[in-house]
Amino acid sequence: MSVTVTVEQVTKSFGAYPALRGVSLAVQPGELVALLGPSGSGKTTLLRLIAGLETIEHGRVLFNDTDSRRLSLRERRIGFVFQHYALFKHMSVAKNVAFGLRARPRAERPSRPEIAARVAELLELVQLPGLADRFPSQLSGGQRQRVALARALAIEPRVLLLDEPFGALDAQVRKDLRHWLRALHDRLGHATLFVTHDQEEALELADRVAILNDGRIEQVGTPDEVYDMPASAFVCEFLGVTNRLPVEVADGAALFNGTAVLGLPDRSLSGPAALYIRPQHLGIVAPDGAGLSGMVAALRRNGPARHAEIAVAGLGKTLDVDLSNQALPAMGERVGLRVARGAVFPAPRDAAATAGTWPAEKA
Amino acid sequence: MRDLRLSLRASSGRSDPARLLFFALCFGFLALFLLLPLLVTFVEAFSRGVGVYLDSLADPDARSAIRLTLLVAAIAVPLNVVIGIAAAWLVARFEFRGRQLLVSLIDLPFSVSPVIAGLVYILLFGAQGYFGPWLKAHDIEIVFALPGIVLATLFVTFPFVARELIPHMQALGGSEEEAALMLGASGWRTFLHVSLPNVKWSLLYGVLLCNARAMGEFGAVSVVSGRIRGVTATLPLQVEILYNEYNTAAAFAVASLLAMLALLTLVLKSILEWRFADSIAAARGH
Amino acid sequence: MSLAIPFKPKPSILPGFGLSLGITLTGLSLIVLIPLAALLLRAASADPNEILELVTSARTLAALRLSFGAAFLAALLNAVFGLMIAWLLVRHEFPGKRLVDAAIDLPFALPTAVAGVALAAIYAPNGWIGGLVAPLGVKIAYTPAGVFIAMVFVGMPFVIRTVQPVLAEAETDVEEAAALLGASRMRIVFTVILPGVMPALLTGFVLAFARAIGEYGSVIFIAGNVPMVSEILPLLIVIRLEQFDYAGAAVIATLMLVVAFVLIAAINALQGWTRHRLGDA
Repeated sequence: MSVTVTVEQVTKSFGAYPALRGVSLAVQPGELVALLGPSGSGKTTLLRLIAGLETIEHGRVLFNDTDSRRLSLRERRIGFVFQHYALFKHMSVAKNVAFGLRARPRAERPSRPEIAARVAELLELVQLPGLADRFPSQLSGGQRQRVALARALAIEPRVLLLDEPFGALDAQVRKDLRHWLRALHDRLGHATLFVTHDQEEALELADRVAILNDGRIEQVGTPDEVYDMPASAFVCEFLGVTNRLPVEVADGAALFNGTAVLGLPDRSLSGPAALYIRPQHLGIVAPDGAGLSGMVAALRRNGPARHAEIAVAGLGKTLDVDLSNQALPAMGERVGLRVARGAVFPAPRDAAATAGTWPAEKA
Repeated sequence: MRDLRLSLRASSGRSDPARLLFFALCFGFLALFLLLPLLVTFVEAFSRGVGVYLDSLADPDARSAIRLTLLVAAIAVPLNVVIGIAAAWLVARFEFRGRQLLVSLIDLPFSVSPVIAGLVYILLFGAQGYFGPWLKAHDIEIVFALPGIVLATLFVTFPFVARELIPHMQALGGSEEEAALMLGASGWRTFLHVSLPNVKWSLLYGVLLCNARAMGEFGAVSVVSGRIRGVTATLPLQVEILYNEYNTAAAFAVASLLAMLALLTLVLKSILEWRFADSIAAARGH
Repeated sequence: MSLAIPFKPKPSILPGFGLSLGITLTGLSLIVLIPLAALLLRAASADPNEILELVTSARTLAALRLSFGAAFLAALLNAVFGLMIAWLLVRHEFPGKRLVDAAIDLPFALPTAVAGVALAAIYAPNGWIGGLVAPLGVKIAYTPAGVFIAMVFVGMPFVIRTVQPVLAEAETDVEEAAALLGASRMRIVFTVILPGVMPALLTGFVLAFARAIGEYGSVIFIAGNVPMVSEILPLLIVIRLEQFDYAGAAVIATLMLVVAFVLIAAINALQGWTRHRLGDA
């Protein structure tokens, strides 16, 4: 019994600091959506606004067609998993999970055996049977996470919200829990929203990813869409596109130092711009005739992949090239670079003054 | 690193005269100011035998003083608990203008002399106080009666509970309360089942210190009580009355009761600090 | 909530703002603020000439000097011994350490009247220590020295309890580094350890000082209360009250509050300066 969550033009500020500047987003039942962004981007604030833990200034949040402001916290029926779980320290695991059921008004409250049965069922679901009598302090991080989830699920929520669900866990536990959470979500079919600052986590886990920056949504799309077709310079940078080349756009081509390096289908763009290229989209070619050329400044191994750093003439820094599918150049060799794919965004107006830097880097 | 530490320790070995002097000074000071007063109290209390000691405590005035002391604490401590919890909830769970000022005002009674704490109620409710004539006309007694003693006690113990709870509740943060509300709990349920159990040990700690001060307060109570034997004399006042009558053994017998209360407080306080160190935010004395 | 307008909180979903504000403000006003306002009002409505006469009378000035002077010296002695005992408790192991640590708070827990009669019994001319020094012609009880001793007692735990956690937190690395550099033990104490605990030491000093100024119960028994010699300010207030001179009592009380607050503010400023100079220790 899930609902569609619709966020319409929501704004929120803390004192003089604007946390959200007009955010819209819709999450369908059965959909798992990641809110991805750096700290301070407003992603947690958005989650808390939907939950009702913060008040909305402008705009509205709808559950199906009902304005959230007409619903009490109890009526919203939202399962919320806090970043540090916020388990009740002085209660056993079973009591924690049962809390939401016991807190119901007498008329709606299930009987004791019903509550006990439901708790056992939920602990089974989160794969923690037998831990019912433990206290939160006796659990590992991953176990706490599961208890927090079971507690949130106990009230049969219509929406599931998770704030940095894996933030406090070590790498291995984090990976395991990710797959487990995805499977659980698919089984329960809630509209689920989770906050993360880890792009890998968001891309792997979510059906759709909403990327936030400075209180705005920069892009919403499937992991493939945001990865392959980033909508803004910020998205490029945040999703780890490491190579940025200042270019001049004219006549459907991006020019570096007057030489075309990449053809652009969109002819409407012109003027100074930044070209973003992933390391695997740079190919090493013969130096002559290539739009870009430079010297191999370093060779390194990055896990399974080999990378080369090419010091490009006329650029104050090196470009990162993934060598997985190409021949290894020699140190100091002069090479040319071919750009297979890239994304171009107009440079900000004050680009002349800040040549070579990009304001979004402050994130 | 470990070796160095050892060598530092070794350089001040047991036979080192500077080290011996340091120990002698420290323990001498502690013996002089902690052990000796306690020792004197009990030695003097029993100086004329156990019989006199027990008689002194069975004296009607002494028993009346015990009753009054317990009564005053029984009224003042719960009131302080209610105010202290409210103040801590307010300060630790909400952000509002004037919050810092409020914290300073709550702490204010600690920096006011107990005599002044008594004086202010005389100025309000005494015979020549602002409300004195009105109270007399309506036959209401505050000063030189139980209400005045309770008020003065409330004044001097005002910060104790809030002071323990505020840092603890601030350190805990509000996310457990938020979680409870998200799970559909009412405000009261959240407070009683989540907030209060979380701070129970620091609350107990605050109550312990508050109670010790409430039962032992002398200056403030002495000013407002009028020290009427058998009527408005609390235990500390009874000590003074007996002492001034040169009834030293009886004075110290009553004093020994209060000293035992102090020792009991210290024992309980230490148990709380040792066992629940992490749930008492401010494990320090006052 | 209408009463809460100046205290309007940031919106929060947690309940009980109005209720807790109501209880806190009511309690604070009735118990602390209104009574203290009455004190200031009474002092302000006294005849200015009488105020001047009272404040500058020899007896008041003598009490003022004794109260603040003895409190200052007592806090100073407590600073020295407090630092030493905190050091003892943090850096040394000895049998019964926990017991000693717990006993430090005795002056907080022991009712002041009990401390007062006990100290009087110890230092009176026929007392345990008073009797020892009496043949030498030394009198402790019923002199300013007695006042000083009572003030040392009540202020004792403050310095220890403020310095102790700072010493416990402080890394021994710095001391070890200094030792490796060849510094002598005294040199380490004065150049490495002392500056680190200075802010806490000053805080403890201020607390002990403030407590000693206001102290009544433990002082009056040992002081003997000889006018011009061993009378403390709080006692002058009580004497005025016993003469039904409310205005006089209020004036002395206000004087005491003002001088104490000015001194404490000055020491706090000094502490702020120390902290600042040490880059916020």
